[in-house]
Amino acid sequence: MATSYQLKRADFIFKNENDWEEILGKILKQSPQELINELISSELKGRGGAGFPTGLKWKVASETKSDKKYVICNADEGEPGTFKDREILQRVPYKVLTAMVACAHVIGAKEGFIYLRNEYWFLRDELEKVIDEFEYYCKEIKLDFSIQIFMGSGAYICGEETALFESMEGKRGEPRNKPPYPTTYGYMGKPTVINNVETLAHTYTIFKYGAKKFYDLGVQYSRGTKLFSVSGDTPKPGIYELELGMSLQDFVHEFGDGDTKAVQVGGASGFLVPRKKFADTAIGYQGKLTGISLPTGGSMMLFNSSRSMYNVLDNYLEFFREESCGQCTPCRVGCQQLLIGIKAVKRGEKPANYLDKLLRLTETMQYTAKCGLGQSVANSFSSIVENFREEMIY
Amino acid sequence: MSYQELNAATKTINLITLKKTFMSPIQTLIKDLADKHGRRRESLLPVMQGVVEQENFLSEYSMVEIAREMDLPAAEVYGTATFYSFLEVKKMGKFIIRMCKTITCAMKGKNQVLFAIQDMLKIKVGETSADGRFSLLETNCLGLCHKAPAMLINHDIYTDLTPEKVREILTEYMSK
Repeated sequence: MATSYQLKRADFIFKNENDWEEILGKILKQSPQELINELISSELKGRGGAGFPTGLKWKVASETKSDKKYVICNADEGEPGTFKDREILQRVPYKVLTAMVACAHVIGAKEGFIYLRNEYWFLRDELEKVIDEFEYYCKEIKLDFSIQIFMGSGAYICGEETALFESMEGKRGEPRNKPPYPTTYGYMGKPTVINNVETLAHTYTIFKYGAKKFYDLGVQYSRGTKLFSVSGDTPKPGIYELELGMSLQDFVHEFGDGDTKAVQVGGASGFLVPRKKFADTAIGYQGKLTGISLPTGGSMMLFNSSRSMYNVLDNYLEFFREESCGQCTPCRVGCQQLLIGIKAVKRGEKPANYLDKLLRLTETMQYTAKCGLGQSVANSFSSIVENFREEMIY
Repeated sequence: MSYQELNAATKTINLITLKKTFMSPIQTLIKDLADKHGRRRESLLPVMQGVVEQENFLSEYSMVEIAREMDLPAAEVYGTATFYSFLEVKKMGKFIIRMCKTITCAMKGKNQVLFAIQDMLKIKVGETSADGRFSLLETNCLGLCHKAPAMLINHDIYTDLTPEKVREILTEYMSK
C-alpha cells in the first residue's frame, strides 16, 4: 500500500556547488551517446507536469537531421500554486545553463533560449550576467553556442511547448497540432529540445553524481526527487525537495495545519484529493501497481475546512476562461459554459443534476480540446464536483 | 522668408534628414527597436515590449507604426498584441498595479488589499487614476503563492500584503 512510503527530504537542486566549469568540462568530454545513455538510465522524466522521459527527448532530437537546432528552457511557469522555477533561476541559474550547454552538445544546437515569463522580469538582469559568464566560457573552449532570454508577455498558455514556439515566432500563442512533436518540428520548424527549468537542473545532478544515484531515489516508474511548491492553508509554505512516490497522507501530516480538508495536486489543471483519499494517493507518475498515483508539476495547495470548494472551483474556472487561447471551440466555449453552469446551480436556477450534464461537458472537452489546457479542465472540475457535490449545490 | 525662398530651400535639403527631423518620438523609438531586434516576425514581441516599456501601452498609432516599420499587416500586430495580458492596448498609467487574484492569494485576503488600493487611489479594477499615474488591474497567478497575497507594480514584486502595508507602498509611489 501507498502508506508504506515515508516522506524523504533531499537536497540536490539548491545545494550550492560552485563547480559548474569542472562539471561542464567533464560533460563535454563525453560523447553525446554516453550522455543520452546516462539520462535514459536515470529515468528522469519531465518535471513540468507532462512527464516525458528527458533522455528520449534528447535522443530523438539528436537523431533528427537538420541544419539548425535549438535548445529552449521553458521558464513560463504559470500554473497556479507553482513557483519552483523562479527559485531555481534565482538561486542556482548556472545549473540550468550547464544543462543547456550539455544539451546543445548532445543534439548539436548553436542557439539556446530561455523563455522567461513577464512576471519574472526582475530575474532578468541577474540571469543576463550568468549567461555572459557561460558565453565567455563557450568562446574559450571554442564551442559555438549562444543563449538569449526571450521575455513572455503574460499568457499562461505559452507554457505549452508549441504555443511557446508560436509566441517566440511573434504570433499569438496558440498551440499547434501534435504530431509533429518539437523534437522534429519545433521553433521555426527546426528540431528543438524544450525542457522545464527543473528538468534541466536535475540533469546537473545526474551528470555530476551519476545516473545511479538519481535512480536510487524515489520509487519504480517515478525516479528521483522533485521540488514541491507548498502553499495554501499550511504553517510552512515554501519549496521543498522530496523523493517521488510519497503518500499524500504523509505529506499532509508534515505540511497540513491539522485540519486539511483537501489537497490540490498539480495546480488548477491537476486533481483535488479529499481527506478520505489521502492514504490511497501517492505522488508520482502513472504506472504504480496499487492505489492512485498523481503526476504533478509540483504545485501542492492545501485547503482546510474553512474553505468553500465552490469558491475554489469558481476561481479555477475563471482562470481557465481567461487563459484559454480561444482557438478551439471545446475549450473556449466549454470553460465559459462551465462557469455559467456552476453559478446557475448555486443560485438554484438549474436543478442539481445539471452538474452531471456539466461533467459530461468536461468529458467532451477532455477528448476534443486541442491542447493540455482544455483537456485538463476536466481533472479539477470532476474531482471537485464528484467529491464535494453538496458544496456545489447549497 | 518668402514662400518661394522656403520652397527652394526644402528642395535642396536632403530628404532623409528631413524625414528624420519630422519623425515623432514614437516613430523614432520603434525604428530604433526594429534596428536593435531586427525586422523579422520573430522580433515583433520584443519590439512591442520595448514600446510598452516606454509608453506603458500600445496605442493604435504605435501599432500602425510598428506594422509599417516591420512590414506586417496592422491587423496582425493588433491581433498579437491583444493576445498577451502584459501588452495593453488601452492607455495606462505610469505605474501599473497588477494584483494577483488566483486561488492562494484570493484565500489569503486579496480582497481586503484590493479594497485598500481602490479606496486610496479612488479607482476600480481596470481604471486609471485621473492624474494618469496609477492603473489598477487584476492578474492571474504571479508565482508567489507562498508569500500571498502578492502584487506587481510595473516590474517590482510586493508580497505578504496587508491593507496597512499596501498603503505604505502606495504612499511611497505617490511621492515618486
